Amino acid sequence: MNALIQALANGVMTGALLAVPAIGFSAIFAVLRYPSFAIAGWVTLGAFAGWIANTKLGLPSYALLPVAFLAAGLIGGLVEDRSLRLLRPAGALTVAIGSIGLNIVIENVMRFFAGNDLRGFNLPLLPDWRFAGIRVGPQQVENLVMAAAIMVAVFLFLKFSRFGRGMRAVADNPDLARLKGIDPKTISFVALFLGCGLAGVGGVLIGLDTSIDPLTGYRVLLSVFAAAVLGGLGSIPGAVAGALALGIAEELALLVAPPTYRTGVGFVAILLMLTFRPRGLLGERAF
Amino acid sequence: MLSYLIFALTIGGIYALLALSLNLVWGSAGMVNLGLAGFFGVGAYASAIATGAGAPVLFGWGVAALAGVAVGLLVTFATLRLRDDYLAIVTLGFAEMVRLVALNERWLTKGADGISGIAAPMKTELGTSGFNLFYLAIVTAIVLAVWWMLTRLDASPYGRTLKAIREDQELARFAGKPVLRFKYEAFALSAAIAALAGALYAHFQSYFSPDHVQPLITIYIFLGLTAGGVGRPAGAVAGGYAVLLFIEGTRFAADVMPGLQAVQIAAFREILIGAALLIVLHLKPQGFLPETMPKAPKT
Repeated sequence: MNALIQALANGVMTGALLAVPAIGFSAIFAVLRYPSFAIAGWVTLGAFAGWIANTKLGLPSYALLPVAFLAAGLIGGLVEDRSLRLLRPAGALTVAIGSIGLNIVIENVMRFFAGNDLRGFNLPLLPDWRFAGIRVGPQQVENLVMAAAIMVAVFLFLKFSRFGRGMRAVADNPDLARLKGIDPKTISFVALFLGCGLAGVGGVLIGLDTSIDPLTGYRVLLSVFAAAVLGGLGSIPGAVAGALALGIAEELALLVAPPTYRTGVGFVAILLMLTFRPRGLLGERAF
Repeated sequence: MLSYLIFALTIGGIYALLALSLNLVWGSAGMVNLGLAGFFGVGAYASAIATGAGAPVLFGWGVAALAGVAVGLLVTFATLRLRDDYLAIVTLGFAEMVRLVALNERWLTKGADGISGIAAPMKTELGTSGFNLFYLAIVTAIVLAVWWMLTRLDASPYGRTLKAIREDQELARFAGKPVLRFKYEAFALSAAIAALAGALYAHFQSYFSPDHVQPLITIYIFLGLTAGGVGRPAGAVAGGYAVLLFIEGTRFAADVMPGLQAVQIAAFREILIGAALLIVLHLKPQGFLPETMPKAPKT
């Protein structure tokens, strides 16, 4: 029984970390209609930006999030927009394949300068908290709170800000949005900025939880995809629901399967979901 | 130098087969397969395990092709009714799954150690250099045979239906074509070709491990096919060999840059490959041997 509760608690914490880059992926998909594989690269870029700010400048963990968001959002938004914009008329699959090429470039630029070594963040060591028979690390709880705060901020942005409303309008009906005077170019950039920035924040959260290397992003890519498909491709609340469901499913699966199969859980979950409920938990509406 | 050339041409032939496989699903039927490396791995393991249990090599290759069909149908079962982007995500996951199973199921695949001593046909009779030449001939013959068959397929009513599905599924369905069946068949056949390529690779190297199931292979083949010409078997074959030339070329390019560590050289080569894919998509998306559209018959 305790093992089960512990698994659920771990699942919520894993899921919350996953939800942040999954929202980023879904935001890009909702507006630009292509699955961006380069998300993996931006996760890694954000993780490294946060790592530099933490170990070289000595910033505390919560201050790393805006650093990673701006670094990944600005670099990612500009690079992904510029390098894939001209492919958009050729269709979503062509852009997706372009994003694979882009991802290889980003990942290896990082590897070129940083090497393959694992790097940890410089964090105070704290003993785990124990209550009611389960165990959680203070850093994990802090990560959970930060992830939740970011999600609230994203929802407020989408609900009330001009750009957020514009993104939802374009996701809903691009032609109608253009007719109402919403500039698709601006909104595309805003979606990429938000999406890549959130991917970068996700990278820092993952790095705070474990450690980072140039493959950090690629390793979570499948889970991010799985979370997005589970929740409904292109749906932002769906990404959160999918990520939490996947996090819990991964931890529960660890009770019966060897831990090396962890990433396999996402694949099985996608196949089951697509077979029985292809629209995902919450459907495909963006918001 | 000669043995290097023979080696390169053999691997180039295997890449050409993979490119032909990708061309069938992507070029002809308009479906994407990001799990090419997974099918390659399934074929390699299937044949290595079958021949390891005492089956003759040709039988092993047959098993590999059948295993490719089986997993191809499994992967597409849930996704073909859905939009294309789902297939992209599921096939990518599939390749990772193959790697995970190969790593973990030690009783079947020997885990991370990989399977060594995979039967190399006629190697004892011919000696090492004779075997390499013999194997190059086999691989080249298979490439030519598959190329010929797929060219025939493209020209047949079946191939035209596939291209009609690629251009407009709804229209093809409206014209009374069983779209789903065509897609399943095309994907399964393509998976069989990729699996055969994997089996050929495994018996050539006599060794196969989970490290060979890396997503980079899939990217190589996308680069080759896009550069060669999507939708045209000749483009796929040319692209398969060309991408090998390019990959080997980056090795020499990295050699002339002084003062780099091994990891930096590897990173630099992969940057070139990713950048090449982006450049080709931008400048020559139809490839150097573009698809030829036959004229509509006069009525």
